[in-house]
Amino acid sequence: MSDPVIAVRGLGKTFGATRALDGLELDVPEGTVCGLLGPNGAGKTTLVRILATLVRPDRGEARVCGHEVRGEAAAVRRVIGLAGQYAAVEEGITGRENLELLGRLHHVGAARARARAAELLGEFGLEEAADRLVRGYSGGMRRRLDLAASLITRPRVLFLDEPTTGLDPRSRREIWSAVRELAAQGSTVLLTTQYLDEADRLADRITLVDRGRAVADDTPQRLKAAIGTRVEITLPEGADLDRAGAVLAVLTGGAPAVDAGQGRVGAVSDPARELNLPRLVRELDAAGMVALDVALRTPSLDDVFLALTAGVKEELAA
Amino acid sequence: MSPLMTMPVDAAASARRILLVYRHSPGLLLSSLLVPVAMVGVFGYVFGSAMDVPGGGYREFLMPGLFAMVALNAVMPAMVGGARDAGRGVTDRLRSMSVSRLGLLTGQTAADLLVAAVVLVPTGLVGLAAGWRIRHGLGSALGAFGLLLLFRFACGWLGTALGLAVGKEETAGQLAVLTIPFSMLTSAFVPTGGMPGWLAAIADWNPVSAVVEACRQLFGNPSAPGDAWPVQHPVAATFGWCALLLAVAVPLAVRNFARSGR
Repeated sequence: MSDPVIAVRGLGKTFGATRALDGLELDVPEGTVCGLLGPNGAGKTTLVRILATLVRPDRGEARVCGHEVRGEAAAVRRVIGLAGQYAAVEEGITGRENLELLGRLHHVGAARARARAAELLGEFGLEEAADRLVRGYSGGMRRRLDLAASLITRPRVLFLDEPTTGLDPRSRREIWSAVRELAAQGSTVLLTTQYLDEADRLADRITLVDRGRAVADDTPQRLKAAIGTRVEITLPEGADLDRAGAVLAVLTGGAPAVDAGQGRVGAVSDPARELNLPRLVRELDAAGMVALDVALRTPSLDDVFLALTAGVKEELAA
Repeated sequence: MSPLMTMPVDAAASARRILLVYRHSPGLLLSSLLVPVAMVGVFGYVFGSAMDVPGGGYREFLMPGLFAMVALNAVMPAMVGGARDAGRGVTDRLRSMSVSRLGLLTGQTAADLLVAAVVLVPTGLVGLAAGWRIRHGLGSALGAFGLLLLFRFACGWLGTALGLAVGKEETAGQLAVLTIPFSMLTSAFVPTGGMPGWLAAIADWNPVSAVVEACRQLFGNPSAPGDAWPVQHPVAATFGWCALLLAVAVPLAVRNFARSGR
Protein backbone atom coordinates (compact mmCIF):
# COMPACT_ATOMS: atom_id res chain seq x y z
CA MET A 1 0.00 0.00 0.00
CA SER A 2 1.27 3.47 -0.83
CA ASP A 3 1.89 6.02 1.89
CA PRO A 4 -1.19 7.79 3.21
CA VAL A 5 -1.79 11.24 1.74
CA ILE A 6 -2.55 12.59 5.19
CA ALA A 7 -0.56 11.14 8.07
CA VAL A 8 -0.99 12.49 11.58
CA ARG A 9 0.96 11.20 14.59
CA GLY A 10 0.46 12.20 18.21
CA LEU A 11 -0.78 15.65 17.28
CA GLY A 12 -1.30 18.04 20.19
CA LYS A 13 -2.44 21.65 20.37
CA THR A 14 -3.40 23.69 23.40
CA PHE A 15 -5.09 27.10 23.32
CA GLY A 16 -4.68 28.68 26.74
CA ALA A 17 -6.29 26.21 29.12
CA THR A 18 -8.13 24.32 26.38
CA ARG A 19 -6.57 21.17 25.03
CA ALA A 20 -7.93 21.19 21.47
CA LEU A 21 -5.92 18.21 20.26
CA ASP A 22 -4.55 15.56 22.56
CA GLY A 23 -2.43 13.01 20.74
CA LEU A 24 -4.58 12.61 17.65
CA GLU A 25 -3.67 9.95 15.09
CA LEU A 26 -5.01 9.77 11.57
CA ASP A 27 -4.18 8.18 8.21
CA VAL A 28 -6.07 9.03 5.05
CA PRO A 29 -5.21 6.96 1.97
CA GLU A 30 -5.05 8.56 -1.47
CA GLY A 31 -8.32 9.06 -3.30
CA THR A 32 -10.61 8.50 -0.32
CA VAL A 33 -13.07 10.69 1.53
CA CYS A 34 -12.42 10.76 5.25
CA GLY A 35 -15.19 12.11 7.45
CA LEU A 36 -14.13 13.69 10.73
CA LEU A 37 -17.10 13.51 12.99
CA GLY A 38 -17.42 15.01 16.41
CA PRO A 39 -19.27 17.51 18.57
CA ASN A 40 -18.39 21.19 18.79
CA GLY A 41 -15.04 21.63 20.44
CA ALA A 42 -13.87 18.09 19.67
CA GLY A 43 -10.84 19.40 17.78
CA LYS A 44 -11.96 18.83 14.19
CA THR A 45 -11.46 22.38 13.03
CA THR A 46 -8.12 22.66 14.82
CA LEU A 47 -6.94 19.54 13.00
CA VAL A 48 -7.98 20.95 9.62
CA ARG A 49 -6.35 24.28 10.40
CA ILE A 50 -3.10 22.56 11.32
CA LEU A 51 -3.16 20.47 8.14
CA ALA A 52 -3.88 23.59 6.08
CA THR A 53 -0.81 25.27 7.65
CA LEU A 54 -2.93 27.92 9.40
CA VAL A 55 -2.10 26.81 12.94
CA ARG A 56 1.13 25.31 14.21
CA PRO A 57 0.81 22.22 16.40
CA ASP A 58 2.48 22.14 19.81
CA ARG A 59 3.61 18.55 19.45
CA GLY A 60 3.39 15.55 17.18
CA GLU A 61 3.72 15.39 13.44
CA ALA A 62 1.37 15.98 10.53
CA ARG A 63 2.23 15.28 6.90
CA VAL A 64 0.30 16.09 3.75
CA CYS A 65 1.58 14.29 0.63
CA GLY A 66 4.73 13.57 2.61
CA HIS A 67 5.40 17.22 3.49
CA GLU A 68 5.55 18.19 7.14
CA VAL A 69 3.11 21.03 7.90
CA ARG A 70 5.60 23.01 9.98
CA GLY A 71 8.89 22.61 8.17
CA GLU A 72 7.51 22.37 4.63
CA ALA A 73 4.46 24.61 4.79
CA ALA A 74 5.09 26.08 1.34
CA ALA A 75 5.12 22.60 -0.25
CA VAL A 76 1.93 21.67 1.62
CA ARG A 77 0.20 24.83 0.41
CA ARG A 78 0.86 23.89 -3.20
CA VAL A 79 -1.07 20.62 -2.98
CA ILE A 80 -4.07 21.58 -0.85
CA GLY A 81 -7.39 23.33 -1.24
CA LEU A 82 -9.42 24.69 1.67
CA ALA A 83 -13.09 25.52 1.99
CA GLY A 84 -14.05 26.58 5.46
CA GLN A 85 -17.06 27.15 7.62
CA TYR A 86 -17.51 30.57 6.10
CA ALA A 87 -17.91 31.48 2.49
CA ALA A 88 -14.48 33.06 2.17
CA VAL A 89 -15.23 35.15 -0.87
CA GLU A 90 -15.22 38.87 -1.59
CA GLU A 91 -18.82 40.06 -1.58
CA GLY A 92 -18.20 43.30 -3.39
CA ILE A 93 -17.20 41.72 -6.69
CA THR A 94 -18.73 39.07 -8.97
CA GLY A 95 -18.39 35.32 -8.63
CA ARG A 96 -16.35 35.19 -11.82
CA GLU A 97 -14.00 37.91 -10.58
CA ASN A 98 -13.51 36.05 -7.30
CA LEU A 99 -12.40 32.91 -9.11
CA GLU A 100 -10.23 34.82 -11.60
CA LEU A 101 -8.45 36.70 -8.83
CA LEU A 102 -7.74 33.48 -6.95
CA GLY A 103 -6.45 31.95 -10.19
CA ARG A 104 -4.03 34.84 -10.51
CA LEU A 105 -2.97 34.33 -6.91
CA HIS A 106 -2.30 30.69 -7.77
CA HIS A 107 0.05 32.08 -10.44
CA VAL A 108 -1.55 30.34 -13.39
CA GLY A 109 -1.57 33.53 -15.48
CA ALA A 110 -4.47 35.79 -16.40
CA ALA A 111 -5.67 33.80 -19.43
CA ARG A 112 -5.58 30.45 -17.64
CA ALA A 113 -7.27 32.03 -14.61
CA ARG A 114 -10.11 33.24 -16.83
CA ALA A 115 -10.55 29.87 -18.49
CA ARG A 116 -10.49 27.95 -15.20
CA ALA A 117 -12.98 30.36 -13.64
CA ALA A 118 -15.39 29.77 -16.53
CA GLU A 119 -14.95 26.00 -16.19
CA LEU A 120 -15.65 26.01 -12.46
CA LEU A 121 -18.64 28.33 -12.78
CA GLY A 122 -20.10 25.80 -15.20
CA GLU A 123 -19.34 22.81 -13.02
CA PHE A 124 -20.97 24.39 -10.00
CA GLY A 125 -24.04 25.69 -11.80
CA LEU A 126 -23.11 29.32 -11.28
CA GLU A 127 -22.99 30.43 -14.92
CA GLU A 128 -26.09 32.55 -14.70
CA ALA A 129 -24.96 34.29 -11.53
CA ALA A 130 -21.34 34.54 -12.64
CA ASP A 131 -21.40 38.25 -13.39
CA ARG A 132 -23.55 39.32 -10.48
CA LEU A 133 -22.11 40.63 -7.22
CA VAL A 134 -21.63 37.88 -4.62
CA ARG A 135 -23.45 40.12 -2.13
CA GLY A 136 -26.67 39.08 -3.86
CA TYR A 137 -25.95 35.32 -3.78
CA SER A 138 -27.92 32.90 -1.61
CA GLY A 139 -26.12 30.99 1.14
CA GLY A 140 -25.96 27.87 -1.02
CA MET A 141 -24.54 29.77 -3.99
CA ARG A 142 -21.84 31.32 -1.80
CA ARG A 143 -20.79 27.93 -0.49
CA ARG A 144 -20.67 26.54 -4.00
CA LEU A 145 -18.54 29.47 -5.08
CA ASP A 146 -16.34 28.93 -2.03
CA LEU A 147 -15.96 25.26 -2.89
CA ALA A 148 -15.17 26.16 -6.51
CA ALA A 149 -12.56 28.63 -5.22
CA SER A 150 -10.79 25.83 -3.37
CA LEU A 151 -10.52 23.78 -6.57
CA ILE A 152 -8.79 26.20 -8.92
CA THR A 153 -5.56 24.23 -9.02
CA ARG A 154 -7.29 20.81 -8.84
CA PRO A 155 -5.60 20.18 -5.51
CA ARG A 156 -4.58 16.63 -4.60
CA VAL A 157 -5.93 17.12 -1.10
CA LEU A 158 -9.05 19.05 -0.22
CA PHE A 159 -10.04 20.14 3.28
CA LEU A 160 -13.71 20.88 3.82
CA ASP A 161 -14.51 22.27 7.23
CA GLU A 162 -18.23 21.86 7.85
CA PRO A 163 -19.09 22.67 4.26
CA THR A 164 -22.86 22.46 4.72
CA THR A 165 -23.37 23.95 8.17
CA GLY A 166 -26.31 26.32 8.04
CA LEU A 167 -27.42 25.36 4.54
CA ASP A 168 -30.91 24.31 3.47
CA PRO A 169 -31.42 20.66 2.46
CA ARG A 170 -31.29 21.36 -1.25
CA SER A 171 -28.02 23.27 -1.03
CA ARG A 172 -26.59 20.51 1.13
CA ARG A 173 -27.37 17.94 -1.53
CA GLU A 174 -25.74 20.13 -4.16
CA ILE A 175 -22.56 20.37 -2.10
CA TRP A 176 -22.67 16.62 -1.47
CA SER A 177 -22.86 15.77 -5.14
CA ALA A 178 -19.96 18.14 -5.83
CA VAL A 179 -17.85 16.41 -3.18
CA ARG A 180 -18.71 12.96 -4.55
CA GLU A 181 -17.71 14.14 -8.02
CA LEU A 182 -14.36 15.33 -6.70
CA ALA A 183 -13.68 12.07 -4.95
CA ALA A 184 -14.59 10.21 -8.13
CA GLN A 185 -11.93 12.24 -9.94
CA GLY A 186 -9.31 11.01 -7.48
CA SER A 187 -8.97 13.86 -4.98
CA THR A 188 -8.40 12.98 -1.36
CA VAL A 189 -10.95 14.75 0.80
CA LEU A 190 -10.91 15.40 4.51
CA LEU A 191 -14.34 16.54 5.59
CA THR A 192 -15.40 17.69 9.03
CA THR A 193 -19.03 17.64 9.96
CA GLN A 194 -21.45 17.57 12.84
CA TYR A 195 -24.04 15.90 10.66
CA LEU A 196 -23.99 12.15 10.90
CA ASP A 197 -25.97 11.65 7.72
CA GLU A 198 -23.45 13.78 5.87
CA ALA A 199 -20.55 11.60 7.00
CA ASP A 200 -22.61 8.48 6.30
CA ARG A 201 -23.31 9.54 2.72
CA LEU A 202 -19.96 10.98 1.73
CA ALA A 203 -17.20 9.28 3.63
CA ASP A 204 -15.39 6.05 2.79
CA ARG A 205 -14.08 6.05 6.31
CA ILE A 206 -15.16 7.90 9.39
CA THR A 207 -12.94 9.06 12.18
CA LEU A 208 -14.81 9.94 15.34
CA VAL A 209 -13.10 12.70 17.23
CA ASP A 210 -13.79 13.45 20.84
CA ARG A 211 -11.81 15.74 23.15
CA GLY A 212 -8.89 16.00 20.80
CA ARG A 213 -8.46 12.29 20.12
CA ALA A 214 -9.60 9.89 17.45
CA VAL A 215 -11.87 7.49 19.32
CA ALA A 216 -12.82 5.31 16.35
CA ASP A 217 -11.86 4.95 12.72
CA ASP A 218 -13.69 2.63 10.37
CA THR A 219 -16.16 2.45 7.50
CA PRO A 220 -19.63 3.77 8.33
CA GLN A 221 -21.10 0.26 7.95
CA ARG A 222 -18.63 -1.40 10.28
CA LEU A 223 -18.91 1.35 12.84
CA LYS A 224 -22.63 0.74 12.90
CA ALA A 225 -22.23 -3.04 13.01
CA ALA A 226 -19.88 -2.72 15.95
CA ILE A 227 -22.53 -1.52 18.33
CA GLY A 228 -25.36 -3.99 18.18
CA THR A 229 -29.01 -3.33 17.46
CA ARG A 230 -31.23 -0.43 18.35
CA VAL A 231 -34.51 -1.35 20.04
CA GLU A 232 -37.43 1.02 20.32
CA ILE A 233 -40.70 0.34 22.12
CA THR A 234 -43.73 2.60 22.00
CA LEU A 235 -46.18 2.18 24.86
CA PRO A 236 -49.76 3.34 25.38
CA GLU A 237 -50.47 6.39 27.48
CA GLY A 238 -50.15 5.88 31.20
CA ALA A 239 -47.81 2.89 30.88
CA ASP A 240 -44.87 2.63 33.25
CA LEU A 241 -42.04 3.70 30.98
CA ASP A 242 -39.39 3.22 33.62
CA ARG A 243 -40.43 -0.39 34.13
CA ALA A 244 -40.28 -0.98 30.38
CA GLY A 245 -36.83 0.61 30.45
CA ALA A 246 -35.75 -1.83 33.16
CA VAL A 247 -36.92 -4.75 30.98
CA LEU A 248 -34.96 -3.36 28.05
CA ALA A 249 -31.86 -2.87 30.15
CA VAL A 250 -31.88 -6.50 31.23
CA LEU A 251 -32.46 -7.71 27.67
CA THR A 252 -30.02 -5.50 25.78
CA GLY A 253 -27.35 -4.80 28.36
CA GLY A 254 -27.53 -1.18 27.16
CA ALA A 255 -28.65 1.97 28.95
CA PRO A 256 -32.31 2.72 28.18
CA ALA A 257 -33.39 6.20 27.10
CA VAL A 258 -36.94 7.21 28.02
CA ASP A 259 -38.85 9.69 25.90
CA ALA A 260 -41.91 10.39 28.05
CA GLY A 261 -43.50 12.80 25.56
CA GLN A 262 -43.64 10.16 22.83
CA GLY A 263 -44.27 7.27 25.23
CA ARG A 264 -41.15 5.65 23.86
CA VAL A 265 -38.27 3.72 25.37
CA GLY A 266 -35.14 2.88 23.41
CA ALA A 267 -31.79 1.20 23.95
CA VAL A 268 -28.86 -0.04 21.92
CA SER A 269 -27.97 -3.65 22.57
CA ASP A 270 -24.60 -4.99 23.51
CA PRO A 271 -23.27 -6.36 20.18
CA ALA A 272 -22.37 -9.64 21.82
CA ARG A 273 -26.02 -10.39 22.68
CA GLU A 274 -28.45 -12.18 20.48
CA LEU A 275 -31.64 -10.14 20.36
CA ASN A 276 -34.87 -11.18 18.73
CA LEU A 277 -38.37 -9.82 18.51
CA PRO A 278 -40.35 -12.78 20.00
CA ARG A 279 -38.18 -12.81 23.10
CA LEU A 280 -38.62 -9.10 23.54
CA VAL A 281 -42.41 -9.35 23.28
CA ARG A 282 -42.48 -12.29 25.69
CA GLU A 283 -40.47 -10.41 28.28
CA LEU A 284 -42.70 -7.37 28.03
CA ASP A 285 -45.72 -9.60 28.35
CA ALA A 286 -44.25 -11.24 31.44
CA ALA A 287 -43.83 -7.79 32.92
CA GLY A 288 -47.48 -7.13 32.23
CA MET A 289 -46.95 -4.59 29.45
CA VAL A 290 -48.44 -4.34 26.00
CA ALA A 291 -46.45 -2.36 23.47
CA LEU A 292 -48.08 -0.38 20.66
CA ASP A 293 -44.97 -0.81 18.56
CA VAL A 294 -41.71 -2.67 18.88
CA ALA A 295 -38.87 -2.06 16.45
CA LEU A 296 -35.37 -3.40 15.94
CA ARG A 297 -33.12 -1.24 13.79
CA THR A 298 -29.60 -1.07 12.52
CA PRO A 299 -28.15 1.70 14.63
CA SER A 300 -27.64 5.11 13.14
CA LEU A 301 -24.30 6.86 13.33
CA ASP A 302 -25.92 8.88 16.10
CA ASP A 303 -26.00 5.72 18.18
CA VAL A 304 -22.41 4.92 17.31
CA PHE A 305 -21.46 8.37 18.23
CA LEU A 306 -23.22 8.33 21.56
CA ALA A 307 -21.88 4.91 22.40
CA LEU A 308 -18.32 5.99 21.70
CA THR A 309 -18.37 9.46 23.11
CA ALA A 310 -20.21 9.08 26.38
CA GLY A 311 -20.32 12.36 28.15
CA VAL A 312 -20.98 14.55 25.15
CA LYS A 313 -24.63 13.55 24.83
CA GLU A 314 -25.96 16.87 26.03
CA GLU A 315 -24.04 18.70 23.36
CA LEU A 316 -25.33 16.49 20.60
CA ALA A 317 -28.90 16.73 21.81
CA ALA A 318 -28.69 20.52 21.90
CA MET B 1 8.08 29.67 -7.12
CA SER B 2 9.19 31.37 -3.98
CA PRO B 3 6.93 34.00 -2.40
CA LEU B 4 9.55 36.64 -3.24
CA MET B 5 9.23 35.96 -6.97
CA THR B 6 5.45 36.02 -6.91
CA MET B 7 5.26 39.27 -4.95
CA PRO B 8 4.48 41.57 -7.91
CA VAL B 9 1.80 39.19 -9.25
CA ASP B 10 0.23 38.82 -5.81
CA ALA B 11 0.32 42.56 -5.20
CA ALA B 12 -1.30 43.23 -8.58
CA ALA B 13 -4.09 40.70 -7.97
CA SER B 14 -4.72 42.09 -4.52
CA ALA B 15 -4.82 45.68 -5.82
CA ARG B 16 -7.18 44.56 -8.56
CA ARG B 17 -9.58 43.19 -5.99
CA ILE B 18 -9.80 46.53 -4.17
CA LEU B 19 -10.27 48.48 -7.39
CA LEU B 20 -12.94 46.07 -8.63
CA VAL B 21 -14.89 46.60 -5.43
CA TYR B 22 -14.83 50.36 -6.04
CA ARG B 23 -15.80 49.88 -9.68
CA HIS B 24 -18.83 47.82 -8.73
CA SER B 25 -19.91 50.21 -5.99
CA PRO B 26 -19.49 53.78 -7.24
CA GLY B 27 -21.35 54.88 -4.12
CA LEU B 28 -18.33 53.91 -2.03
CA LEU B 29 -16.12 56.38 -3.86
CA LEU B 30 -18.84 58.99 -3.90
CA SER B 31 -19.31 58.81 -0.13
CA SER B 32 -15.58 59.04 0.58
CA LEU B 33 -15.60 62.01 -1.78
CA LEU B 34 -18.60 63.78 -0.29
CA VAL B 35 -17.17 63.82 3.23
CA PRO B 36 -14.27 66.21 2.57
CA VAL B 37 -16.40 68.30 0.24
CA ALA B 38 -19.10 68.62 2.90
CA MET B 39 -16.41 69.53 5.43
CA VAL B 40 -15.26 72.43 3.29
CA GLY B 41 -18.80 73.74 3.71
CA VAL B 42 -19.29 72.92 7.40
CA PHE B 43 -15.87 73.92 8.69
CA GLY B 44 -15.00 76.51 6.08
CA TYR B 45 -18.23 78.49 6.23
CA VAL B 46 -19.99 77.56 9.50
CA PHE B 47 -16.99 77.50 11.86
CA GLY B 48 -14.93 79.75 9.62
CA SER B 49 -17.43 82.55 10.05
CA ALA B 50 -16.34 82.89 13.69
CA MET B 51 -12.69 82.05 13.19
CA ASP B 52 -9.74 84.36 12.76
CA VAL B 53 -6.35 83.02 11.80
CA PRO B 54 -3.21 85.09 11.42
CA GLY B 55 -1.94 85.71 7.91
CA GLY B 56 -4.95 84.90 5.76
CA GLY B 57 -8.47 83.55 5.47
CA TYR B 58 -9.73 80.62 7.53
CA ARG B 59 -10.66 78.54 4.52
CA GLU B 60 -7.16 78.76 3.17
CA PHE B 61 -5.90 77.73 6.62
CA LEU B 62 -8.41 74.89 6.70
CA MET B 63 -7.78 73.20 3.34
CA PRO B 64 -4.42 71.57 4.23
CA GLY B 65 -6.17 70.25 7.34
CA LEU B 66 -8.90 68.67 5.22
CA PHE B 67 -6.33 67.17 2.84
CA ALA B 68 -4.60 65.60 5.84
CA MET B 69 -7.99 64.24 6.99
CA VAL B 70 -8.41 62.55 3.63
CA ALA B 71 -4.99 60.96 4.15
CA LEU B 72 -5.80 59.88 7.70
CA ASN B 73 -9.11 58.44 6.55
CA ALA B 74 -7.21 55.49 5.05
CA VAL B 75 -7.28 53.96 8.53
CA MET B 76 -11.02 53.28 8.57
CA PRO B 77 -11.58 51.24 5.40
CA ALA B 78 -8.26 49.41 5.84
CA MET B 79 -9.17 48.49 9.39
CA VAL B 80 -12.70 47.36 8.58
CA GLY B 81 -11.51 45.51 5.46
CA GLY B 82 -8.72 43.74 7.34
CA ALA B 83 -11.07 42.70 10.13
CA ARG B 84 -13.70 41.52 7.64
CA ASP B 85 -11.19 39.36 5.76
CA ALA B 86 -9.87 37.89 8.98
CA GLY B 87 -13.35 37.28 10.37
CA ARG B 88 -14.86 35.72 7.27
CA GLY B 89 -12.12 33.29 6.38
CA VAL B 90 -10.71 35.21 3.40
CA THR B 91 -7.41 35.59 5.24
CA ASP B 92 -7.43 31.86 6.02
CA ARG B 93 -7.88 30.95 2.39
CA LEU B 94 -5.07 33.27 1.29
CA ARG B 95 -2.80 31.93 4.02
CA SER B 96 -3.44 28.36 2.89
CA MET B 97 -2.13 29.36 -0.56
CA SER B 98 1.44 29.85 -1.66
CA VAL B 99 1.33 33.63 -1.96
CA SER B 100 3.51 36.49 -0.80
CA ARG B 101 1.87 38.01 2.26
CA LEU B 102 3.83 41.23 1.95
CA GLY B 103 2.78 41.36 -1.71
CA LEU B 104 -0.91 40.89 -0.90
CA LEU B 105 -0.96 43.61 1.73
CA THR B 106 1.15 45.99 -0.35
CA GLY B 107 -1.24 45.57 -3.26
CA GLN B 108 -4.21 46.51 -1.10
CA THR B 109 -2.53 49.57 0.34
CA ALA B 110 -1.23 50.70 -3.03
CA ALA B 111 -4.69 50.39 -4.58
CA ASP B 112 -5.98 52.58 -1.78
CA LEU B 113 -3.53 55.28 -2.86
CA LEU B 114 -5.28 55.46 -6.21
CA VAL B 115 -8.58 55.91 -4.40
CA ALA B 116 -7.03 58.68 -2.27
CA ALA B 117 -5.73 60.47 -5.35
CA VAL B 118 -9.19 60.36 -6.88
CA VAL B 119 -10.64 61.88 -3.68
CA LEU B 120 -7.96 64.56 -3.32
CA VAL B 121 -8.57 66.09 -6.75
CA PRO B 122 -12.23 67.14 -6.29
CA THR B 123 -11.49 68.14 -2.69
CA GLY B 124 -8.82 70.47 -4.04
CA LEU B 125 -11.16 71.85 -6.70
CA VAL B 126 -13.82 72.64 -4.12
CA GLY B 127 -11.11 74.22 -2.00
CA LEU B 128 -10.03 76.42 -4.90
CA ALA B 129 -13.64 77.53 -5.34
CA ALA B 130 -13.78 78.36 -1.61
CA GLY B 131 -10.71 80.56 -1.78
CA TRP B 132 -7.82 78.16 -1.16
CA ARG B 133 -4.74 78.90 -3.28
CA ILE B 134 -1.46 77.26 -4.25
CA ARG B 135 1.03 80.08 -3.67
CA HIS B 136 4.47 78.48 -3.91
CA GLY B 137 4.34 76.98 -7.38
CA LEU B 138 3.38 73.65 -8.82
CA GLY B 139 6.54 71.84 -7.74
CA SER B 140 5.94 72.54 -4.06
CA ALA B 141 2.26 71.70 -4.45
CA LEU B 142 3.08 68.33 -6.00
CA GLY B 143 5.47 67.79 -3.13
CA ALA B 144 2.65 68.44 -0.70
CA PHE B 145 0.36 65.95 -2.47
CA GLY B 146 3.23 63.47 -2.45
CA LEU B 147 3.53 63.82 1.32
CA LEU B 148 -0.22 63.40 1.69
CA LEU B 149 -0.12 60.15 -0.29
CA LEU B 150 2.87 58.95 1.71
CA PHE B 151 0.93 59.59 4.91
CA ARG B 152 -2.15 57.88 3.46
CA PHE B 153 0.04 54.86 2.62
CA ALA B 154 1.36 54.68 6.17
CA CYS B 155 -2.18 55.08 7.58
CA GLY B 156 -3.43 52.30 5.30
CA TRP B 157 -0.80 49.93 6.70
CA LEU B 158 -1.68 50.95 10.23
CA GLY B 159 -5.37 50.30 9.59
CA THR B 160 -4.62 46.91 8.03
CA ALA B 161 -2.44 45.89 10.97
CA LEU B 162 -5.10 46.94 13.48
CA GLY B 163 -7.98 45.40 11.53
CA LEU B 164 -6.25 42.03 11.23
CA ALA B 165 -5.51 42.12 14.95
CA VAL B 166 -9.13 42.92 15.82
CA GLY B 167 -10.57 40.28 13.48
CA LYS B 168 -14.20 41.36 13.93
CA GLU B 169 -15.76 43.70 11.44
CA GLU B 170 -18.19 45.33 13.90
CA THR B 171 -15.52 45.96 16.52
CA ALA B 172 -13.17 47.37 13.90
CA GLY B 173 -15.92 49.69 12.67
CA GLN B 174 -16.49 51.02 16.17
CA LEU B 175 -12.77 51.46 16.87
CA ALA B 176 -12.18 53.15 13.52
CA VAL B 177 -14.46 56.01 14.57
CA LEU B 178 -11.72 56.98 17.04
CA THR B 179 -9.79 58.48 14.13
CA ILE B 180 -12.25 61.41 14.23
CA PRO B 181 -11.28 62.72 17.70
CA PHE B 182 -7.68 61.88 16.80
CA SER B 183 -7.91 64.16 13.79
CA MET B 184 -9.38 66.96 15.95
CA LEU B 185 -6.41 66.89 18.34
CA THR B 186 -4.28 68.62 15.72
CA SER B 187 -3.63 71.98 14.13
CA ALA B 188 -5.91 70.97 11.23
CA PHE B 189 -8.92 73.05 12.28
CA VAL B 190 -7.63 75.62 14.77
CA PRO B 191 -4.16 76.94 15.61
CA THR B 192 -2.78 75.10 18.63
CA GLY B 193 -1.65 78.38 20.21
CA GLY B 194 -5.05 78.93 21.84
CA MET B 195 -5.18 75.48 23.43
CA PRO B 196 -4.13 74.80 27.05
CA GLY B 197 -0.39 74.07 27.12
CA TRP B 198 -0.64 70.31 27.66
CA LEU B 199 -3.25 69.95 24.92
CA ALA B 200 -1.21 72.07 22.52
CA ALA B 201 1.79 69.81 23.15
CA ILE B 202 -0.28 66.72 22.32
CA ALA B 203 -1.65 68.38 19.19
CA ASP B 204 1.78 69.56 18.03
CA TRP B 205 3.22 66.07 18.43
CA ASN B 206 0.27 64.48 16.64
CA PRO B 207 1.63 63.21 13.30
CA VAL B 208 -1.40 64.72 11.55
CA SER B 209 -0.26 68.20 12.63
CA ALA B 210 3.12 67.69 10.98
CA VAL B 211 1.40 66.70 7.74
CA VAL B 212 -0.96 69.70 7.97
CA GLU B 213 1.87 72.15 8.66
CA ALA B 214 4.00 70.64 5.88
CA CYS B 215 1.14 71.21 3.43
CA ARG B 216 0.59 74.77 4.66
CA GLN B 217 4.27 75.45 4.16
CA LEU B 218 4.44 73.87 0.69
CA PHE B 219 1.17 75.37 -0.56
CA GLY B 220 2.08 78.74 0.99
CA ASN B 221 -1.12 78.86 3.06
CA PRO B 222 -1.49 80.75 6.34
CA SER B 223 -0.29 78.88 9.40
CA ALA B 224 0.41 79.43 13.05
CA PRO B 225 2.53 76.48 14.15
CA GLY B 226 3.46 75.95 17.78
CA ASP B 227 7.03 75.81 19.06
CA ALA B 228 7.38 72.04 19.06
CA TRP B 229 10.00 70.54 16.74
CA PRO B 230 7.63 68.53 14.49
CA VAL B 231 5.52 71.55 13.53
CA GLN B 232 8.57 73.80 13.20
CA HIS B 233 10.14 71.29 10.77
CA PRO B 234 6.99 69.79 9.34
CA VAL B 235 8.37 68.26 6.12
CA ALA B 236 11.18 66.42 7.90
CA ALA B 237 8.77 65.47 10.68
CA THR B 238 6.26 64.07 8.18
CA PHE B 239 8.94 61.89 6.64
CA GLY B 240 9.99 60.83 10.12
CA TRP B 241 6.48 60.02 11.30
CA CYS B 242 5.71 58.08 8.10
CA ALA B 243 8.97 56.13 8.35
CA LEU B 244 8.18 55.30 11.97
CA LEU B 245 4.59 54.33 11.19
CA LEU B 246 5.65 52.11 8.29
CA ALA B 247 8.50 50.55 10.29
CA VAL B 248 5.97 49.50 12.92
CA ALA B 249 2.81 48.87 10.88
CA VAL B 250 4.23 46.88 7.94
CA PRO B 251 5.85 44.11 9.99
CA LEU B 252 2.89 44.19 12.37
CA ALA B 253 0.40 43.78 9.53
CA VAL B 254 2.35 40.89 7.99
CA ARG B 255 2.66 39.25 11.40
CA ASN B 256 -1.04 39.72 12.20
CA PHE B 257 -1.91 38.34 8.79
CA ALA B 258 0.25 35.28 9.43
CA ARG B 259 -1.29 34.76 12.86
CA SER B 260 -4.85 35.62 11.99
CA GLY B 261 -7.40 33.31 13.59
CA ARG B 262 -4.79 31.30 15.41
